Amino acid sequence: MTANSLVPAPIAHLPWRLIFVVLAIGLFGALALYSAAGGSMKPWALNHIIRFLAFLGMAITMSYIRPQTYRDWIWPAYGLVFFLLIAVMLYGAIGGGARSWLEFGFIRLQPSELMKPIVILCLASFYARLPSAEIRKFSAIWPAALIIVIPDFIILLQPDLGTSLLLLLGGVMVMFLAGLPMRLFVGAAVALTAMAPIVYSFMLPHQKKRLLIFLYPEEDPLGAGYHITQSKIAIGSGGVFGKGFLHGTQSQLQYLPEQHTDFIFPAMVEEWGMFAGLFLILLFTLLLRWATKVALDTKDRFGRLAAGGLSMTIFFYFAINLLMVMGLAPVVGIPLPLFSYGGSAMLTVMICLGILMSIDRGNRRNRRDHT
Amino acid sequence: MRKRSIPLITENSQSYTFTRRAMVVGGFQLGLSALMAGRLAYLSLSDTEKYQLLSEENRFQLVLVPPRRGWIVDRFGKPIAVNRSDYRVDLIPDQIENPDQVIAQLAQILELPPEEVDRIRKDLQVAAGYQPVAVAENLTFDKYAAVTVRLPEMPGVAPLRGFSRFYPDGAAVGHLIGYVGTANREEYKAEGKNRLLITPGFKIGKEGLEKTMEPRLRGLPGAKRLEVTAGGRLVRELSARPDTSGGQLALTIDADLQEFAARRMGNESGSVVVMDCQTGDILCMASMPAYDPNNFSDGISNMEWEMLSTDERRPLYNKTLNALYPPGSTLKPMAAIALQEAGIDPKETVHCSGGYQLGNRFFRCLGRHGTVNMHRAIAKSCNTYFYSMGRKVGIDALATVARSLGLGVKFDLPVVSQSYGTYPDTAWKKRRFEKSPRLIERPDWTESDTLNAAIGQGFVILNPLQLAVMAARIASGKDVQPRLILEKHPPAKPLPYAPEHLDAVRKAMWEVVNGDGTAGRSKLPLEGIEMGGKTGTAQVRRITGGQRGQSGDWKYRDHGLFVCFAPTSNPRYAASVVIDHGMGGSRAAAPVAKDVLTFLFDRNKAMQELVKLEQSWGGTMAERMDRQTRAFYASKGKPVPESMNRAAASAPSSADAAGVAPSTPAPIPAAAAPPSAAPAPGNSAR
Repeated sequence: MTANSLVPAPIAHLPWRLIFVVLAIGLFGALALYSAAGGSMKPWALNHIIRFLAFLGMAITMSYIRPQTYRDWIWPAYGLVFFLLIAVMLYGAIGGGARSWLEFGFIRLQPSELMKPIVILCLASFYARLPSAEIRKFSAIWPAALIIVIPDFIILLQPDLGTSLLLLLGGVMVMFLAGLPMRLFVGAAVALTAMAPIVYSFMLPHQKKRLLIFLYPEEDPLGAGYHITQSKIAIGSGGVFGKGFLHGTQSQLQYLPEQHTDFIFPAMVEEWGMFAGLFLILLFTLLLRWATKVALDTKDRFGRLAAGGLSMTIFFYFAINLLMVMGLAPVVGIPLPLFSYGGSAMLTVMICLGILMSIDRGNRRNRRDHT
Repeated sequence: MRKRSIPLITENSQSYTFTRRAMVVGGFQLGLSALMAGRLAYLSLSDTEKYQLLSEENRFQLVLVPPRRGWIVDRFGKPIAVNRSDYRVDLIPDQIENPDQVIAQLAQILELPPEEVDRIRKDLQVAAGYQPVAVAENLTFDKYAAVTVRLPEMPGVAPLRGFSRFYPDGAAVGHLIGYVGTANREEYKAEGKNRLLITPGFKIGKEGLEKTMEPRLRGLPGAKRLEVTAGGRLVRELSARPDTSGGQLALTIDADLQEFAARRMGNESGSVVVMDCQTGDILCMASMPAYDPNNFSDGISNMEWEMLSTDERRPLYNKTLNALYPPGSTLKPMAAIALQEAGIDPKETVHCSGGYQLGNRFFRCLGRHGTVNMHRAIAKSCNTYFYSMGRKVGIDALATVARSLGLGVKFDLPVVSQSYGTYPDTAWKKRRFEKSPRLIERPDWTESDTLNAAIGQGFVILNPLQLAVMAARIASGKDVQPRLILEKHPPAKPLPYAPEHLDAVRKAMWEVVNGDGTAGRSKLPLEGIEMGGKTGTAQVRRITGGQRGQSGDWKYRDHGLFVCFAPTSNPRYAASVVIDHGMGGSRAAAPVAKDVLTFLFDRNKAMQELVKLEQSWGGTMAERMDRQTRAFYASKGKPVPESMNRAAASAPSSADAAGVAPSTPAPIPAAAAPPSAAPAPGNSAR
């Protein structure tokens, strides 16, 4: 198939379309970070590019590892990261009101982020091993629930509401794809609604405030509703074509908070306009379409559950961040992966992409073997 | 067999379930993406203008620059109300890093009282952005400099050189000009929450002409558009629009005369109104005692307020317009015109034997004047003549002329309020007592009412301005309208009365002062200039027993009134003088009128007289007011405020400012240049 190509086979076999999409998101992000720093590569844009390229290289490297290898090593990995979570509880650094970092001198590690793909692979592995007949039994639920809830609870205690929410949602998605009875999900949704007050009582004051402000943003436009209000102003005032690169007043004059991390999307849209925002949404949609296609193409149960779950993990980042900055979801502190500054989310998403590419490579290998 | 088949089917169906559910999930992803795209488009397209405006509002802070208030000057251009530069300190809420610390520091440097500190804290809590909050104004240069030096360690503190209102003549113009002050909540709301009104340092007129002429004096605020970051750092200043000063307001007042009159009243309570009887220009409208408007424009303390409001001479009350007096005999010239117009021959005589019998009541005269004609009745102020003749012509004939001379009339003047009193007639009484339940207050007019009205008592109550207008109209024979604002007007029309009637009255008024009359001691001390006038003594309460209001408690003594004009040969000026509880027109009011009119013709002579008088009273007006204030504070056991000591030290002696010199504008103490070493941040933001 590629024998007479000038490009060597390993490189030609890379999913180039995906890589272009990912590169487009990452480099566009670098531009936005350059502007967020007032037209400077420092402190964010350069770091972002270096990190992005390094993690992309890592993801591509990961794609050469067979899915079976991940499946074999996933339980020890779960154990290791779980241990790290405990370590964070005891020795972690506090950042943003939550104890979630481990400082290793050269790198700041957030084990809760690593836990997201690991839990998904664990669940995929669990359901792949589970006999089909068992799927409607209680034994199909409780081990999976434990796999999710134990680390999730620790993350909630950090307390990092955003990450624990994403972890939970990702896990539930795998359970859903595994074919657990529909009534369970409906029932869970009802139960969750009922439990909302309890969850609320677990929140930190700043999280409670964010939730209330999401419900009534105009109550306090200069106080706690400031984030959402300023974000909407940035997007709205950008209009169709934006105010021009480096000319966003909301961002350049720092009215927009956290514009290099959680609120980078409005900062970018203010300067580039609606079309750039739509373009970014399109890029993410293309990325997710590729991931969904990988899941659907996979014959192996572990692979398809893993692919489906990982694609959902990426989607949740993207969706919750955008809904949040556009005032459709409460401010929960979730970055826009690949685009915004911050290593942990990027690392997680790149790991997801690496495993997805590995599954994709496996699928194509199978197709080649069969033909 | 069955057992085997189920897992087989289940595995297939599981695969099918996965595909179906993966499609659902994919659809969910696509749906949410579409929602996000839609939301983005909605935010970008629907309310772009609104959001652009909001983003501009974020970015730009509009800071108003209060306009300088227009000057008020007298008819010769001499300043009556000007703007003096002063030092003030404001806080810029956006730039303050540690409010508590900054306020504490300022309180220490500026020696702010605790209630002021509380006020600043409260203001700061409600203030937002770049709108400054006033900390203190009218600071001494030393305090201002002390703040300026410490600026680097107190971000958000803005010392400025601003302007405050200054009235060089002080209390002499108090009631006439009024004062300015910070707008209160009601005033702010009444102007549709005009932001200018809450800009620190901006004052609006609160009383007198400052209030009524506010639109003309205010001017237009300037504005600065500042581009600032969210942290309050100034990026740049865009498009500063300079303020437009308020217009200058020229009054008909002669400031020197006004001051002279105010001082001449000495310790008395009363009023002096002087008019140009040919044009109606009010040259002087002084009410004493008065408050010093300079004290009010900085905000007055509770103590000062208590002192002013408890004084029985009512320094807060503009007596020229708001005090109503029974005018007494000052109305006799008016009545004489009415009698002639009603056909009474001025030569006709009446015999005065000390009073007039009406039915079973005897109406007293002040003397036994024997046989009197009109001329002599005015000169000697014979009540009997006017009882008798007034009864003949009836009240309505008197009332018509009274009104045409301005009595009981409300004038078209830019004043805060006018009490215009009453000159009664039959219709008025009917209206007034229509529903009176009391037996003695019947709605029908009686002859005794006429008798009382004919000598300016009974129902007649008038304000001093009306008396001056009456004098002016009689003197000139013209229907002059009183005016305060110096403008061109069509000349006044003549009154519809026979010139010989008016002339007869003027001659009688000449007799009052210069011949055998009641005010013979008040002849003008001038060659060839003579004054005509009429005294009046008004009872404060009904005569009880032997007491005639000539002794006893100050507040029950008779009022002394005097109306006059000069020169008699060719009338130019007319005046009314009312001395509250002065016990008699000739005794209390006429001498004041004499000196005031003398001042108009020979300033030096009048001033010499005044200086002598002031020595006997114990000092100039400023000195006496200062003493009085100190005594009041002492009586309350409170220390005299520091500002008073400062004012006393810097105030020019009032003899210098009295304007002995002709009416060229004096050097103006306004907008004094700051010491050159002073850092002068001015209006520019840092």
